[in-house]
Amino acid sequence: MTAVREVVAPTWFGDRRRRTLAWVGLSALVVLGVVVAGGPAADAAQTTSLTDRNLGPSAAHWFGTDRLGRDMLARTLAGLRLSLVVGVAAAVVSAGIALTLACLAAVFGGVVDRAVGWLVDLFLALPHLVLLILLAFALGGGTGAVVAAVALTHWPTLTRVLRGRAREVMSSDYVAISRQLGHGRGWIARRHLAGHLAGHFVVGTVLLFPHAILHEAALSFLGLGVDPGEPSIGILLAESMRYLTAGAWWLAVLPGLCLLVVVKLVDTIGSNARALLDPRSHHL
Amino acid sequence: MTALLEVRGLEVDFVQYERGLRRRTVHALTGMDLTVAAGEVVALVGASGAGKSLLAHAVLGLLPPNAVERGEVLLDGELLDAAGRRRHAGRGMTLLPQAVSFLDPVRPVGRQVRRSAELAGHPAPRRAAAEALARRGLGPEVLRRHPHELSGGMARRVLGAMATMSNPRVLLADEPTTGLPPADVRTTLGGFRAMADDGGAVVLITHELRAALDVADRVVICRDGRTVDVADPAGFSGDGAALAHPYTRALWQALPGNGFSVAEGV
Amino acid sequence: MLQADGVWFRHGRDRPWVLAGVDLAVGAGEVIGLCGPSGGGKSTLGRVLAGHLRPDRGRVTVDDAAPRPRRAAHPVQLVLQQPERAMDPRWTVRQVLAATGADDAAIAALDQRLVVPSRLDRFPHEISGGELQRVNLARALLARPRYLVADEISASLDAVTQARIWTLLLEHCREAAIGVLAISHDRPLLETVAGSVVDWTPSPVGETPA
Repeated sequence: MTAVREVVAPTWFGDRRRRTLAWVGLSALVVLGVVVAGGPAADAAQTTSLTDRNLGPSAAHWFGTDRLGRDMLARTLAGLRLSLVVGVAAAVVSAGIALTLACLAAVFGGVVDRAVGWLVDLFLALPHLVLLILLAFALGGGTGAVVAAVALTHWPTLTRVLRGRAREVMSSDYVAISRQLGHGRGWIARRHLAGHLAGHFVVGTVLLFPHAILHEAALSFLGLGVDPGEPSIGILLAESMRYLTAGAWWLAVLPGLCLLVVVKLVDTIGSNARALLDPRSHHL
Repeated sequence: MTALLEVRGLEVDFVQYERGLRRRTVHALTGMDLTVAAGEVVALVGASGAGKSLLAHAVLGLLPPNAVERGEVLLDGELLDAAGRRRHAGRGMTLLPQAVSFLDPVRPVGRQVRRSAELAGHPAPRRAAAEALARRGLGPEVLRRHPHELSGGMARRVLGAMATMSNPRVLLADEPTTGLPPADVRTTLGGFRAMADDGGAVVLITHELRAALDVADRVVICRDGRTVDVADPAGFSGDGAALAHPYTRALWQALPGNGFSVAEGV
Repeated sequence: MLQADGVWFRHGRDRPWVLAGVDLAVGAGEVIGLCGPSGGGKSTLGRVLAGHLRPDRGRVTVDDAAPRPRRAAHPVQLVLQQPERAMDPRWTVRQVLAATGADDAAIAALDQRLVVPSRLDRFPHEISGGELQRVNLARALLARPRYLVADEISASLDAVTQARIWTLLLEHCREAAIGVLAISHDRPLLETVAGSVVDWTPSPVGETPA
């Protein structure tokens, strides 16, 4: 292929890459908006008004009110903010564990590699939710325990992806040649491995995040998550259960839908970022 | 004699992205001309990266979606667009691919050959597959093997069996002899000659000029995405004085055994 | 003298032997051709000589000593057939060359027929195969080897580019008295570039060390 290069000015029309980028940006903006809006909503979320109990959605209360007359929109926003914060913390810690293990396995190989592989298989073989519940229980509940429990159970899949990629890099001809030029393990990890893993790492972290949010909600729903006083989405859903039969559908449906939308948006960011980060991707 | 396959001024660009939004166009082919008539073997010779394989893929309409092509491709005198050519791919016109990686690594060879027999419309694909391999000296035990269990030469023969299953009128053979021992090279090329003598048209894509000279009716030289010269194989003798184009002459003179000389300015 | 002494090698305990008792010697400043069909273990021998792979039996010596390249470039450098695989696709040509420990001045002082200065800040996929293979050769030379193993370095190049790269290689190696092992399936090529040509016979199936 001839190496003639000419930079073409991209047009907005018919440019899939630009549209993807715009879509990612919009998703990120909405997610960020939820986090920002959740801050001021925290007060309103805890304000009780016994005259406005169990109202359906209306102009004054878009998402209705609960049994204590608290505005559900405010509670949902505050809950999403809490979920997002827990999700980010858990995803980042989890991805950190994955990266460390994958690099150790690839750089040292042999026994270390086998040990990491064994550990990944072990964690993948155990039922996810049971492990999560046991960990959260053992760590004593509360927000910190949820972050720790989610972080400690979500690293295996990403570790597996990163380890595969790292192995591929380490067995390549260019790493063999760098070794032959007298460079040590640290140099190869820094100069070769880091660059090749960065893209996978970023995307993997973003994609871990929706998982982490959903599992946080699940734990809170089961009563092992964040402090019941805090309005996390899981707690909102758990509370709403008792009132569903009384016809208060808005208590469960609207916060649940919001969680779904946020998770979907984050997922969009993650999967599109993968295509954007690859410099030679053909189709985007 | 009318041309079975004719390519006129074929150009292919690829639109790619560098990091972020910087978009660029890579001009991969910048003017390819090729004519093959029934009964002919035409060798397309050039370095790897000169666009030979790409020409074959473009002719068959197999380019990825970010490719932009211009120029004309005529099959049997009929002007066809990429979609039209794709309909002929595998039937009237087949590609003999370059590497074992064109075989599905997780399916036994027999299933893959049988599939191409099915697609070619054989009434008894199982028997047709076994016979096609047997004609190439491969026993029935090969049918059960996976591609990684084949030697390079065996894989070529399997690919050859698949490519000729539908008795194509035009065969595009992409580097069919790379890495084969000299005896196998001769057999493979002899097979192409026989195909052409039966009325087919063969485009032999190769970078080994010397091997191609034995069977080719014409040699098309390409370089940096364009065809630069069409030469008569008889001209490749002695010091190459009969060769008109300077690059063709330089190629001939640079061969080990012909002086190994590096001409300046070509 | 780069010497292989009864070298045996296989890719794992339960795999067949790829190299079965290979002996080979390349003297300083000598050019030896190794000719044989592809898939016969020639490339594996190249990698064993260059220290990429450790022989299971036998030994490889460089000037009568086992090379111990701790934190220094190996005295035997390898130039592979596919330069694009031998370079990190995320690095520019300059970074590739600098990985040998050469400073900017040394890179700037390189033979311009090997590396065209305007290509230094390009990525490997942006330059042509012939240019890339010359960069590959330049990198091996920058590591100041005593021996060079050239494994099918021109197998995917056209004749003009092939003649050009071999001319450069021979010129530079003669100048620095580097011994060359040229591996190829192309006998006419080896007869042109090498002082003597050794025929390679793949190790027979089922052979085991005594």
